[in-house]
Amino acid sequence: MPDATELELTAQELRDAHRESILDTEFHRGRATLVADPPQIKPVLEHLKSKGYAFLASVHGVDYYPHEPRLGVLYELLDRERVDRISVKARVHTEDPRIDSVVDLFPSADFQERETYDMFGVVFDGHPDLRRILMPEDYEGYPQRRDFPLGGEPVLFTYNEEQNYGKYV
Amino acid sequence: MTVTGRGTGSETSTTLTEDYRKREESITLSSQPAGVDETHELLTLNIGPHHPATHGVLRLIATLEGEVVRDIKPIIGYLHTGIEKTAEDKSYWKVIPVVERMDYLSYYFNAMAFCGAVETLLGLEVPPRAQYLRVIHLELNRIMSHLVWLGTSAVDLGAISMFWYCFRERETVLDLFEMSSGQRMHTRYIQVGGVFEDIPLGFAEKLRQFLKLMPTRADQYADLLEKNQILLQRLRDTGIVDRDTLIKLGVTGPLLRAAGEPWDLRKAHPYSSYDHFDFKVPIGTVGDNYDRFRVRHAEFYESVKIIEQALDGLPEGPFITPDRKVALPPRHELATSMEALIHHFKLVTEGFRVPPGEAYYPIEAARGELGCFVRADGSAKPARVHMRDPSFVNLQALAPMVRDGYIADLIATLAMLDPVLGGIDR
Repeated sequence: MPDATELELTAQELRDAHRESILDTEFHRGRATLVADPPQIKPVLEHLKSKGYAFLASVHGVDYYPHEPRLGVLYELLDRERVDRISVKARVHTEDPRIDSVVDLFPSADFQERETYDMFGVVFDGHPDLRRILMPEDYEGYPQRRDFPLGGEPVLFTYNEEQNYGKYV
Repeated sequence: MTVTGRGTGSETSTTLTEDYRKREESITLSSQPAGVDETHELLTLNIGPHHPATHGVLRLIATLEGEVVRDIKPIIGYLHTGIEKTAEDKSYWKVIPVVERMDYLSYYFNAMAFCGAVETLLGLEVPPRAQYLRVIHLELNRIMSHLVWLGTSAVDLGAISMFWYCFRERETVLDLFEMSSGQRMHTRYIQVGGVFEDIPLGFAEKLRQFLKLMPTRADQYADLLEKNQILLQRLRDTGIVDRDTLIKLGVTGPLLRAAGEPWDLRKAHPYSSYDHFDFKVPIGTVGDNYDRFRVRHAEFYESVKIIEQALDGLPEGPFITPDRKVALPPRHELATSMEALIHHFKLVTEGFRVPPGEAYYPIEAARGELGCFVRADGSAKPARVHMRDPSFVNLQALAPMVRDGYIADLIATLAMLDPVLGGIDR
């Protein structure tokens, strides 16, 4: 993990390279997070990749309900040479949650972006095959959002197959 | 049965069928392989989801040209149980048994990743004895997981008897789990702040017997498989992917090490006292299925070495943090101490609160980097739990591994990939 100073330096370096690309930094219990401007996520990750953070360990979504912008897409980057981790966070609104896909930069993001889309409804522009991955194809609603009810999911059997409950959540 | 706010279900079955057909068409094989045009006859074959060779409920849509696989698409989600969602509605200590059920062959790893993330958020120090006990059980779990992999993979390759030999040793490991925690699977042994209980009398002895036995058993597996022409021909030079491609695809664990990359989080970024132990990281050379088999097989010996050292050097002291705000007070204190009773009551009813923050805690599980992300909002329940499961990410490497190989090699490659669908679908 970079320390707080190193994180600030990285953030400043990114701001110099791409104007207003880093909105904030967070340093908590040894975890360094760069809060990036969603439209500039790709240049930010590209820059970090060229700096050595070349392994994208994980992409996942977080719902920050009730805080706005509600949805967060988190990228856990790893520098395998220095064994150093940094995470990048991009916050998007629920109205039109869109962010650029980074599959061409990091092919490992493929399934994980699909999972984030499936669970939170974040649309990854430029993803080669953005479909639901874990939930059924005809499922409607984004189950990992905080306002999605827990439990009470009716099971479709032959007798009620026409009802398709998921549609109205 | 109607549920409020979910509509009345007015669609007719015809529109549903139309919808279904439309969605079915959306499962396309997007990339037409190079050098293949309309004059070649391609066949789309569905494999699974219920097929013994898919190690669970994995569905594969394979595009074949004759017997050669030109492209493959994994369809997953048949075992999705919404564990990450469920975890958000449980207090921290009640999440542990739920996350253990994700990858059902590496329950200690799941619990370790989750507890590690929560401990990071709490800033909690884990006593050395607990760290060593965790290592002992994590490595036993690694052996157990590899045994299941070896047994089932050998069945896929036509060696039925291996299954029984591997499961015989697995029984011994499960007996040990039962001794220390009371459960054979999903043990809930690792807790936030330490472990559930100290190892009982007789555990060390039984473990030592197993440690003495296991290397000879592993030798026997090698004797049975290594000189078997059928097995060698099916594994050697099949499913080769170079290590740069694997790294790009996010592959970790034995699959990456088989391609010659010595990346192991136990060495690179030691957690839970792994830096105290002397062990080697087995790596392969070409990255074919044979290397994958050999790397996992060599890990049997290394895990045994780690457990031996951990058992010899097991420090004295508490097995769980003395912090009463997080860990339950010992039973005997409840009879005499009012404070202990209050702590006990608070922990059992509400659970402990975790200060707001986010943590990502990666560990080296049996299949690669298992990272647990936890977001705490200050309450007694996590606001988000996410597992970066190695099987899920590693599955992306299946297509480059099997492309342009025979369909028979697909089965061998899938076996050596060692996916666990419980972990993939969560």
